[in-house]
Amino acid sequence: MNTSYFISLITAIFIGGAAGYVGSLMATKKMSLVGDVLSHIALPGIGLGLLYGVNISLGALASLVLGILLIWILSLKTELSMESLVGVVFVLSLAVGFLITPEEELLHSLFGNISAVAMSDAVAAVFISVIVFIAARMIYSKMMLAYVSEDLALASGVKINKYNLIYLFLIAAVVAFGIKVGGTLLTSAMIIVPAAAARNVSRNMRQYSWLSVIVGVASAIAGFAVFPFLAARYGLSVSAIGPVIILASVVFFIVSLVFKNKQ
Amino acid sequence: MDFQDNQNLIENKEEKLLEPVVIAPRHPMSGEGVGLILEVKNLTVSFGEDKVVDNLSFNLKKGENVAIMGPNGAGKTVLLKALLGILPYRGEIKWSESAKISYVPQKILPEKNLPLSVEEFFRMKKAGREQAKEALTSVGLTDERFLKKMVGTISSGQLQRVLVAWGLVGNPNVLLFDEPTAGIDIGGEETIFNLLNKIERERNISIILVTHDMSVVYGFADSVLCLNKKLICYGSPSEALGPDGLKKLYGEGVTFYKHEH
Repeated sequence: MNTSYFISLITAIFIGGAAGYVGSLMATKKMSLVGDVLSHIALPGIGLGLLYGVNISLGALASLVLGILLIWILSLKTELSMESLVGVVFVLSLAVGFLITPEEELLHSLFGNISAVAMSDAVAAVFISVIVFIAARMIYSKMMLAYVSEDLALASGVKINKYNLIYLFLIAAVVAFGIKVGGTLLTSAMIIVPAAAARNVSRNMRQYSWLSVIVGVASAIAGFAVFPFLAARYGLSVSAIGPVIILASVVFFIVSLVFKNKQ
Repeated sequence: MDFQDNQNLIENKEEKLLEPVVIAPRHPMSGEGVGLILEVKNLTVSFGEDKVVDNLSFNLKKGENVAIMGPNGAGKTVLLKALLGILPYRGEIKWSESAKISYVPQKILPEKNLPLSVEEFFRMKKAGREQAKEALTSVGLTDERFLKKMVGTISSGQLQRVLVAWGLVGNPNVLLFDEPTAGIDIGGEETIFNLLNKIERERNISIILVTHDMSVVYGFADSVLCLNKKLICYGSPSEALGPDGLKKLYGEGVTFYKHEH
């Protein structure tokens, strides 16, 4: 196993765990679509990063933060729901992103290119994942209360708007630093699928949040473990590791469904 | 409490009619006189152009139990939320400094598979296992295994009790209930009524509740506030809810018949 393979693996493990954890907070119906399409808002930033030789994670982060602020402010100022606003900003970003991203890089932007992960990327990803995990842990029970009942949360002094914004920024951070692993399309899958699998078999919040992390991490490891065999057999390039990780998480999801039906 | 006791309570209320119209609180504060716990002046809540609560003024005394009544869409829930400070409003809402307010919402509908146990639900209000157990016991849920159940899988009657217990955590002295009888079967309704009385007796707190249930109003409330965007009537139940008061509130042809024995 060479060094680049190893640092890619570390990156995928940490991003997978953090993505699974923040994803478990996406239990809210309202938020699930938001998180699903949020990752695509990174696309214009990736494009600009590639054009001007800036680290694409930073480009993605800038683009996400701008997009989120736009959505958040519009949802406060207008009566429109967050879902429809995210929808509009999403297609806008997609269109702009496709126009400015160099064509030969488009595929990597969408599906990731883990071979492009440098040592500095790995360090940043580990660092960001830990911070995201700690921050998400701090707002976890308040977000969950808001999900159970917004009125109860507000009456208990939870500033729902503030926590929603923090939460969106946490997702943005995971997406921005996970983008080399999974691209914009697959990073959203890394957020959604492990939590969906965990939810099928969890009976309380504790199990649910930890299982989401475990499935996220296990998917990353399984993806890396299986990849060499698939690559040898079907001649896949290294950049296909991202999709293989997602396939692994979907396998976990299917297994969880079997357990759910047995309960 | 059996039916006979209920009847006594209603009769006790009627005796109050003989007294001067000032509503006596159930727990007169000895020495310091009767303090106000809440003052509402010219309260208006609007959604866009639509005034849902229009220029409402009333006061509440310490320890007083108030029922808020009114037809659907009269702004009852909105009033509660304004009192809680979770809706923007114009006018003045002044809680006394000693007021410690808690809220029991109208039904919540957790998804069946929501991964959240009753115990964790209580921990969201910083209530440990013992505190949760105590609160649950005071609403009649004594089985310890109940703490491990998923919030989405308990019956709606049990959920209502859990919400009441949740409201009791932290020992509030004012409890705001939004339709505590909504969504509970008839057997359960009787217990919610008993529960209110029991809580009120044990904890010496003011309860402000939105309700349609006349037996709750007569048996439990010291005063009733009828609302249809504006304040329609306010006073003791028998006084405010005479035939005239009900007509004003719900329109012609609605009367509540009290059974005479």
